[in-house]
Amino acid sequence: MTAKINIKNMNLFYTQFQALKNVNLDIEKNEITAFIGPSGCGKSTLLKSLNRMNDLIEGCRIEGEILLDGQNIYGKIDVNALRKRVGMVFQKPNPFPMSIYENVAYGPKTHGIRSKVKLDEIVETSLKNAAIWDELKDRLKKNALSLSGGQQQRLCVARALAVEPEVLLMDEPTSALDPISTAKIEDLVLELKKKYTIVIVTHNMQQATRISDKTAFFLLGEMIEFNETETLFSIPKDKRTEDYITGRFG
Amino acid sequence: MTLNMYLKYPFSLFLKVLVILATAVTCFTLLFLIGYILIKGIPYLSLDLFSWTYNSENVSFMPSIVNTIIMVIGALLISVPFGIFSAIYLVEYAKRGNKMVGVIRITAETLAGIPSIVYGLFGMLFFVTSLKMGYSLLAGIFTVAIMILPLMMRTTEEALKAVPDIFREGSFGLGAGKLRTVFRIVLPSAIPGILAGVILSIGRIVGETAALIYTAGTVAELPKNLLSSGRTLSVHMYALSKEGLHTNQAYATAVMLLGIVLLINMLSTMMAKKIEKKS
Repeated sequence: MTAKINIKNMNLFYTQFQALKNVNLDIEKNEITAFIGPSGCGKSTLLKSLNRMNDLIEGCRIEGEILLDGQNIYGKIDVNALRKRVGMVFQKPNPFPMSIYENVAYGPKTHGIRSKVKLDEIVETSLKNAAIWDELKDRLKKNALSLSGGQQQRLCVARALAVEPEVLLMDEPTSALDPISTAKIEDLVLELKKKYTIVIVTHNMQQATRISDKTAFFLLGEMIEFNETETLFSIPKDKRTEDYITGRFG
Repeated sequence: MTLNMYLKYPFSLFLKVLVILATAVTCFTLLFLIGYILIKGIPYLSLDLFSWTYNSENVSFMPSIVNTIIMVIGALLISVPFGIFSAIYLVEYAKRGNKMVGVIRITAETLAGIPSIVYGLFGMLFFVTSLKMGYSLLAGIFTVAIMILPLMMRTTEEALKAVPDIFREGSFGLGAGKLRTVFRIVLPSAIPGILAGVILSIGRIVGETAALIYTAGTVAELPKNLLSSGRTLSVHMYALSKEGLHTNQAYATAVMLLGIVLLINMLSTMMAKKIEKKS
């Protein structure tokens, strides 16, 4: 089985500072891959390189290759088309200040879908897939900012799903949420893995063990260890991984 | 704090008295000013002043009101789009640390600080004389438009900067391009701030005299077209009090001006509230 995403000899610099050092990593299709590590280790930076959100940061420079289905995403490609294929859910829920319906329909409209019937259909399926349809179906015209934090985040997942991505990147999606909302998002992620390839950055090691198939541990810009989640947490090969997961630092 | 504590910290008491006094003086001055104008002006605010024609017996301010409205609309039509688009460039497109941006900002700030009489002089030399517009509403409109342009640009810039980056990221993350992100996500969120800029601009136009006397002239008639000369309400008031024959009517005009400013403020607050409710 060939991997969905191959990261090859990747180095990333913010002007002078090297944030990622020679990262090599394969992300398999229909699996959940978790990135863990202490703050500032480069895990979010790596996640953002996967759909080129780092392009927005000035002075950010990348060496090496990231292949999506064998095609280098830092080659000659349409960045907007890439971000349609590789969707993203952010750390802080960021619904747009418009109605729930408009939030979900924004993506498909961006990519040229105009028919009201089709949009209605997409909004419904996306909200259903994000397991929030039943809560919101009677208030689609309401402003999205009136929802609770947990609902907002699931709405953001629905919004990302509406453009039918292949990969879903999640940058600490539950760090701003309460435990119940967190559990809902985790269940949702497990459900979504059937259709999507998911990469999740998390600060919470229990979360990584609960939901991910594979885990990569990062420290100071280096990928220290990458393995099946169960193996990495039970018999880590590297002393630094062991120290981190047993809570000696981080 | 109780009196005992104040006795313990006399400096604190002194400061409190000082701030209360400052507030009282400010409020009193404002109330006195408004009261003075209202008392002097309202008795002379007769129906005659609303007649469509001005003559030396009846110094009607109706033509001036019409001119003021034309001036406001004309100047806004020019400076609002230019101000908004240049702010969009500065905030969304220009690279951070770009030297051009620094230069543009300094230019805008300098322009904002120039006394309006200088704009008047420029307008007279350039629009009235060189471009042969003559003393006309059009020359006035161009002059005031230039005058409020930096204000429009700066307020829009601040409004755009206040839109959280997570909205932009969310939009880019869905594969939306820059244009769509700016016009569909960022700009709508910034509208209340931009509106505040428009209100400030209207205030400046309505209150402007120096720049207009030299460009739009002081003819007190209803304009035939944009190339007619015409005085706005503020200029009308200035003319009346300068001539010294109709001081009471000048006060009545001041009441009218106050009313207009009050109305604009009320409308803008209402509009801002409505927009906020919607979003």
